[in-house]
Amino acid sequence: MTATDIKQPDLPASASRRSPAMEVVAALGRSGSFLPGLVIVLFWVACALFGEYFTPHDPLADDIINALMPPSADNWFGTDQLGRDVFSRVIVGSRDILTVAPLATLLATIAGTTLGLFTGYFRGLVDDVISRILEAFMAIPVVIVALLAIVALGTSKTTVIIVIGLSFAPIIARTVRSAVLSERELDYVAAAQLRRESALHTMFVEILPNVIPPILVETTVRLGYAIFAVATLSFMGFGIQPPSPDWGLSISSNYGMIGGGFWWTVLFDALAIASLVIGVNLVADGVQVALND
Amino acid sequence: MTEPITANALELHHLSVAYRVGGRNRAVLRDLSLTIRPGEAYGLVGESGCGKSTVALSVVRYLPRNGVITAGEISLAGENVMKLDNESLRRMRAERVSMVYQDPGKALNPSIRIGRQLTEIFELRGISGQGAIDQAIAMLNRVRISDPVRVMQRYPHQLSGGMQQRVGIAMALANDPTMLILDEPTTGLDATVEAEVLDLIAKLRQELSASILFISHNLAVVSRMCDRVGVLYAGMLVEEGTTEEVFNNPRHPYTVALLRCLPRGGQRKDQIRLDTIPGFLPAPGAKITGCPFADRCALADSRCHNELPPLHDLGDRLSRCHYHERAQDLPRTTPGNIAAAAVVTAREPVLRIESLNKTYAAHGQALRAVNDVSLDLMPGQTLGLVGESGSGKTTFARLLLGLVPADEGGTMRLDGKPLAPKLESRSADQVKAMQIVFQNPDSALNRSHSIRHIMGRALRTLAGLKGAAQQKRLVELVRSVRLTERHLSVKPRQLSGGLKQRVAIARAFAGDPRIVVCDEPTSALDVSVQAAILNLLADLQTKEHVSYIFISHDLAVVRYLSDQIAVLYLGRIMEIGPSERVFSGPHHPYTEALLSAVPKLDEAEQSRVRLDGEIPSAVNPPSGCVFHTRCPRKIGAICEEQEPPLFDSEPEHKIRCHIPFEELARLQKKQEVVTA
Amino acid sequence: MGLANMGAQAILAFLLKRIALSIVTLFLLSIMVFLGGQVLPGNVGRAILGPLADQRAVDALNHSLGLDRPLLVQYWDWISHFVQGDMGTSYIFRAPVAPFVIDALGNSMKLALVAFIMVVPLGILGGIIAALNVNRPIDRIISLGGLSATVLPEFVTGIIFILIFGVWLNWLPIAAVWPPGSGILTQIYYLLLPALPLFLVLFGYIARMARSGMVEALDSDYTRTAVLKGLPWRTVIWRHVLRNALLPTITVIATQTGYLIGGLVVVETLFRYQGIGSLIFTAARGKDFPVLEAGILTIGIVYAVATLIADLLYSVLNPRIRLGTDQ
Repeated sequence: MTATDIKQPDLPASASRRSPAMEVVAALGRSGSFLPGLVIVLFWVACALFGEYFTPHDPLADDIINALMPPSADNWFGTDQLGRDVFSRVIVGSRDILTVAPLATLLATIAGTTLGLFTGYFRGLVDDVISRILEAFMAIPVVIVALLAIVALGTSKTTVIIVIGLSFAPIIARTVRSAVLSERELDYVAAAQLRRESALHTMFVEILPNVIPPILVETTVRLGYAIFAVATLSFMGFGIQPPSPDWGLSISSNYGMIGGGFWWTVLFDALAIASLVIGVNLVADGVQVALND
Repeated sequence: MTEPITANALELHHLSVAYRVGGRNRAVLRDLSLTIRPGEAYGLVGESGCGKSTVALSVVRYLPRNGVITAGEISLAGENVMKLDNESLRRMRAERVSMVYQDPGKALNPSIRIGRQLTEIFELRGISGQGAIDQAIAMLNRVRISDPVRVMQRYPHQLSGGMQQRVGIAMALANDPTMLILDEPTTGLDATVEAEVLDLIAKLRQELSASILFISHNLAVVSRMCDRVGVLYAGMLVEEGTTEEVFNNPRHPYTVALLRCLPRGGQRKDQIRLDTIPGFLPAPGAKITGCPFADRCALADSRCHNELPPLHDLGDRLSRCHYHERAQDLPRTTPGNIAAAAVVTAREPVLRIESLNKTYAAHGQALRAVNDVSLDLMPGQTLGLVGESGSGKTTFARLLLGLVPADEGGTMRLDGKPLAPKLESRSADQVKAMQIVFQNPDSALNRSHSIRHIMGRALRTLAGLKGAAQQKRLVELVRSVRLTERHLSVKPRQLSGGLKQRVAIARAFAGDPRIVVCDEPTSALDVSVQAAILNLLADLQTKEHVSYIFISHDLAVVRYLSDQIAVLYLGRIMEIGPSERVFSGPHHPYTEALLSAVPKLDEAEQSRVRLDGEIPSAVNPPSGCVFHTRCPRKIGAICEEQEPPLFDSEPEHKIRCHIPFEELARLQKKQEVVTA
Repeated sequence: MGLANMGAQAILAFLLKRIALSIVTLFLLSIMVFLGGQVLPGNVGRAILGPLADQRAVDALNHSLGLDRPLLVQYWDWISHFVQGDMGTSYIFRAPVAPFVIDALGNSMKLALVAFIMVVPLGILGGIIAALNVNRPIDRIISLGGLSATVLPEFVTGIIFILIFGVWLNWLPIAAVWPPGSGILTQIYYLLLPALPLFLVLFGYIARMARSGMVEALDSDYTRTAVLKGLPWRTVIWRHVLRNALLPTITVIATQTGYLIGGLVVVETLFRYQGIGSLIFTAARGKDFPVLEAGILTIGIVYAVATLIADLLYSVLNPRIRLGTDQ
């Protein structure tokens, strides 16, 4: 006989390495931007969850007599035009944006991934039609699409989530689609077809796991832009509604007096938003570096 | 030779290079010393990952960002390369050393015309304007480009691969270098184009004084081009000597084993299993105590494992082996001969193809990728498909599998039953009866899934097995491709290329197929791994009585495994017949050219059939016989006007040529007499 | 000449295809805008007059606005007039929309131009500097700084700039409202502060794109060839690297016009500037759907034209598109 009698070549697995997940974690640590970003984000998450127990004043309590007081020992960041403590408001001001923005991002990721998988996998007519529609969507800035939709539908947190989620979905779909298009050329997809796997199996079991890294990167990047969009909409009066201590909303109601020198009513909220988006952005950068290694 | 007048062209002294990966230095070259004398052509061979290209990049000081020279010295024409400041380094590159690269399409700037890319070299030497243009034209003439003025106006993407590489060579020679480095210059080119480029390099060598460092994984190419050769293993020089000595009388077990892995001299699957090299190349950066090859060497003893052998000077040659005098006693890993398999008498083909066509629409034009192909495949036999790029061999395979539907009109029958063009219209039995092993296992295996998942899924969908039955069969299957259960839990990236290809083979066999298409299954692998895969395929065929459609550009590999061979050119079968007849001839002029284009290890310089021009585009195939534009045996107008039929020349052997069979026999016989 | 001719034809064919695609995109966009402006809100008359208004008044308003006709008729009426330059009548101003939109667009163009003239050269330069110093501190500063700048909402940076340059240092006017009859320089002076937040958002995009194009080109085989030819480093960069590296950036700059206009809504509101952004904002606040729709569709057209110009530039500069293959 042939096969069995032949001396077997020794077949050890080549240099067994760390598991891929561990490598990503290690790379995240090395990236230099991930950890600082995470600290900032976690700080604001903690403030959103537990801030109300630590605020020196009630963030919603008016005190007209003490309105527009500059920063002092009692009101560290001063008071706004209704006499509310700016420091307390900044601390809890992340609460709404940190629910709306992540939920919108989640919606965008789910919708965008599904769309991207379908258009990339089926190509042809399905792809052409959907891609055209998505492109039309993307010809208009997200903020303006959101504006139109919110004006049409009326303002509520749910509307903001849905509108921003759906506006971001085409962007994620585009990323997923191009990743799927290149995956589709790989022979494991042909091998699946030769086993007559269903299209759904091929898309979600074969292809999806391989396009997770770009989806993860895009999602963290989008989270930054979702915060951007929610804050902007709130600033324009179409996002989070009073009496929430939301940062964008606070700036919106106070910036008219900026010429009068009441800088503390807007500066701290602005810095808070800036720190949150930069924090998310540092996390996104770290994820990108780690996954592209 | 007496005392050399000039300094050596290149000297490496104890060169060590490492790449920094994941915060650690991983050694790629270890204590490498070699010398290239003026005017000499030195070949550096080795398998992938042994550090060949790193040598080239170190010499010109162009290592990747994470590459560091950790020790040693490089001296080019007596000058220490590592001590040069930026300006002297630039001048050295401009005046003394040139390089020709593996991928000519990428090595040329896509947005600059060829002419400009050449003239800028002359401008460095103070020749500008019309003078530089004239020089550039002269240079293109020198690399045998027939229409240099037109080529000067082109952008790289408008040239074929062969032309691009000629331009690359012209650019390298434009500064009249004293040292010319060729890094896999013909890898990736078609066989006939490769032969032309090698011819050109050989001719230019006679015209030029440059010393050459020729880097290649292809032993035969190096043996043809070089005076001396060094064998690199795990970043170390393990053997060096004149080309003839090293290839005919190797003195290191690695060289011995490497040469034995190659199917040569018409070896066939029913006579012999190829020798293999067990084990794996040490990973870059691996700690090596003792001989780097010891783990894979049947001659190794404890001394080999503990003590690094020095480079023994054997008088004009070197070997890094404690037992260099016994190197050729290295025992085979596989038996030298095998009992012939029982001859199968079935005369009903498992697959019958009649006038199969495939037309694509390309930029509004019809592209006939497969043109009127008919053939039979017998059970338990291998049909080899041979042809260069654009020959339609891969498209043909995809038509059979139904991955791409064939045009209306042709017929395919599997075991006598009609086979629908579309995969979706085939019966479940037909689907599992035909499977494929792809060229690149990295692409063929889903990198997110474990081997267990990959194989389990195939068993479930193709064999309908679940639960305990599936597990039982899984283990059998894994063992049949000589993997162990240990390999089941890992993901593809944790396996070497050869092991991955075994997984892919196992998957193809999951549903007990009647036919397995092998699409260049070994061309992404090193020769030592290739041999093991070919042996495995041959063993599985004997055991499972499966038929193969074996696609390869490597004629020796095809010859080893095939019973029948079809030669394709521009989607047409030019010749088909029993393997030995096709190889021994008389053959179609194209087959003749293909065979003579392959550089061979065991033959001295042979006179070759040369092909002119490029492979034409399938969008616009030549009139008459599609091969007439390149055919060295063209007989006249009839070749341009009439497409010859595929004619039965002798029993079972068909040739598509206007030249009568007897005449072909006479012509090709004469050729042999001349060479002998 | 034959070659040049062939090139012109190839570009023309490419351009025609792009124009056709743009028209399809704009058509789809018009449907979306129509749906958003006239279908989604349900009862427009009720939306304008509020929940307390008399039903008859609402019906009368809807009738006078033509909103009781079938949707298809309404759409055709709207789009056919729009194409001819008639953008409808504002609900609020009771006057034709077109002059408002055109004036506002002109103002926005001025602001956008000031921002673009600052950001394009600096963004590209920043990207090039970062790429030439890959992974060194200067690269990390430009890359991370640029990236962070792109996610900072314009109203946040705008507020901070107003505080610094307008309130504390008192260098720049905090509202982009110049005295009537001001010269071009004065106008630019008033536009500097509003342009800064836009600059920040765009800088990161352009610098990042230029950087990645540069890094790819620097790592390419053809750059290796050029260096090993012995060309001086400056020649390698100028002749071999830059053109290939910056081609993709052109497209990015064009697509950024969309985001730029998104930013205009906020910036113009913040700085009280009469541009298309503040027009849209005011219309949105007042539920003035004809103005809203016209404004958004105009932005779509600007975007389509910008990408078209970018594609044209790209195809002229890229020989692969200009010439195709002739084998």
